[in-house]
Amino acid sequence: MSKESNTGIPTDSEVILGILNNSESVLKRLYVAYFPMVLQLIINNNGDGDDAKDVYQEAIIIVYNKIKTGDFELSSKLKTYIYSICRRLWLKRLSQINRYGGDIKDFQEFLTVDDETEKNNERDIQFNKMGDALKLLGEPCKTIIEDFYINNRSMKEICEEFGYTNADNAKTQKYKCLQRLKKLFFQQNKGE
Amino acid sequence: MSDNQLLEVIEKYLNGEMTKDERARFEILRNENAEINGKVSEHKHFTGLIKQYGERLELERRLNAIHDEIDVQTLEDELMIHPSFVVRMWRNHHSKISVAASIAIFAVLCTLFFTGYLNTREINYVKLSKEVHQIKNTTDQLNNKVNNLNPNGKGKNSSGKFRGTGFAISSNGFIVTNYHVIEGNDTVFVQNSSGESFKAKVVYSEPQTDIAILEIKDPSFKTFGTIPYAFKKVESDIGENVFTVGYPRDAMVLGPGFLTANTGFNGDTTQYQVSTPVDFGNSGGPLLDNRGNLIGIINAKESHVEGAAFAVKSGYLLKAIQDIPDSLKNGLNTNSKNTLASLNRVQQIKKLQNYVFMIKVNQ
Repeated sequence: MSKESNTGIPTDSEVILGILNNSESVLKRLYVAYFPMVLQLIINNNGDGDDAKDVYQEAIIIVYNKIKTGDFELSSKLKTYIYSICRRLWLKRLSQINRYGGDIKDFQEFLTVDDETEKNNERDIQFNKMGDALKLLGEPCKTIIEDFYINNRSMKEICEEFGYTNADNAKTQKYKCLQRLKKLFFQQNKGE
Repeated sequence: MSDNQLLEVIEKYLNGEMTKDERARFEILRNENAEINGKVSEHKHFTGLIKQYGERLELERRLNAIHDEIDVQTLEDELMIHPSFVVRMWRNHHSKISVAASIAIFAVLCTLFFTGYLNTREINYVKLSKEVHQIKNTTDQLNNKVNNLNPNGKGKNSSGKFRGTGFAISSNGFIVTNYHVIEGNDTVFVQNSSGESFKAKVVYSEPQTDIAILEIKDPSFKTFGTIPYAFKKVESDIGENVFTVGYPRDAMVLGPGFLTANTGFNGDTTQYQVSTPVDFGNSGGPLLDNRGNLIGIINAKESHVEGAAFAVKSGYLLKAIQDIPDSLKNGLNTNSKNTLASLNRVQQIKKLQNYVFMIKVNQ
């Protein structure tokens, strides 16, 4: 964690630059800056601290991904944008659990942000399936896949860790694992 | 080529690990073979998804780490909109409050029940005629003494069980009292302030307004003289200074007070409520205002309430007088001239006492 920047609420352009540069401190300052606003929204509208955490993190992830993919255009203040997404997500969740009483206490201005939350929702479903498939895959396949495809480790390192006598065996094992993972993942898709 | 080998080649191709030649050959193969082409893009998409999934997990881990440093509980306490003290009190303690309230209501009801408050209020309404049970003998003795002391011997020994008050309404011997005082009797005795008793007949009675009119039928009676008070035709107002005189005991007693309501017991519109102290025996007594106008006839009181007496309004008395059959009227003329108006209370009562009578009933 770098200590180069000051604390306090980061400016909107600071946030964009910081996320593009993978700055841990900017992410932290962004997170700390707007969490109280969202917590206030949730706990005064039938939610608790954990609900606030879920909703807020989902919103931060949406913002993060939008910045990373480069299609983030700031048409309003970042604060308003985050508030609007959280508000939209919370309303959706409230109506899912039948706790929505028909009105919501607002603390900020807000925009309509249906598209972003919908897109994120689809991606979330894919990720959940991937997570489930990886769980079903079991060891050592899960670790091999994670090490190779997520953590970018080389086959040589993986070989040593798992004690395979040669890289070919390890490769064969990896491809078997990948085929099984695909099968599990797409089976879930069909099951839907 | 087995699946695994194909995958290995695809991976090599995607990762850019091929030599120029290999790459060119594979691209030709890919263009020719749609199946291999499909596998390439599928593999690319799938491994991309795994990668993104990993990144997401990593991001979530980072966010959770940041989140763990925030004191959520303190923030929650700060940001929660606290409802008012009463609302919080109710939310936290509503069961206790409900139980306490139920117990309180139950206790009040029990108390009311056992003290007899919930029984019909009618028993509180006491007709003021006096049944002289215990003091009958004393009264008799007193009467005897009075009569014996009377040198002319005019008075008759007229002991009575029921007693009330009455007052003259015309100079030729008509007297009004309450119906409940004389109920069931044709003949009664009236006794004036100097102890003289006269026999009187009931000529007219109206149970619904509790009015009875008597006429003295006694050879020793001549005339009352001019009646000093006039009968008020219109209703009097709340707050008016009023008084009554009557015979709750063997001497005439003054009862001063105020007119406190325009209706009587349970909203009875034929009556006034007054604050004059009255007792058994005051029934039938005149109720006069400050200027000596007769405004009503005392007839009852509320037994559990201090200073709540009731009086029939004078308008109903006038109506009763009109309703007497002509054959019985016998020259009944009500007085309309008030000679008490300019006198003070002492003088008014001095004048009045000759026109207020004790009514005795032998029953």
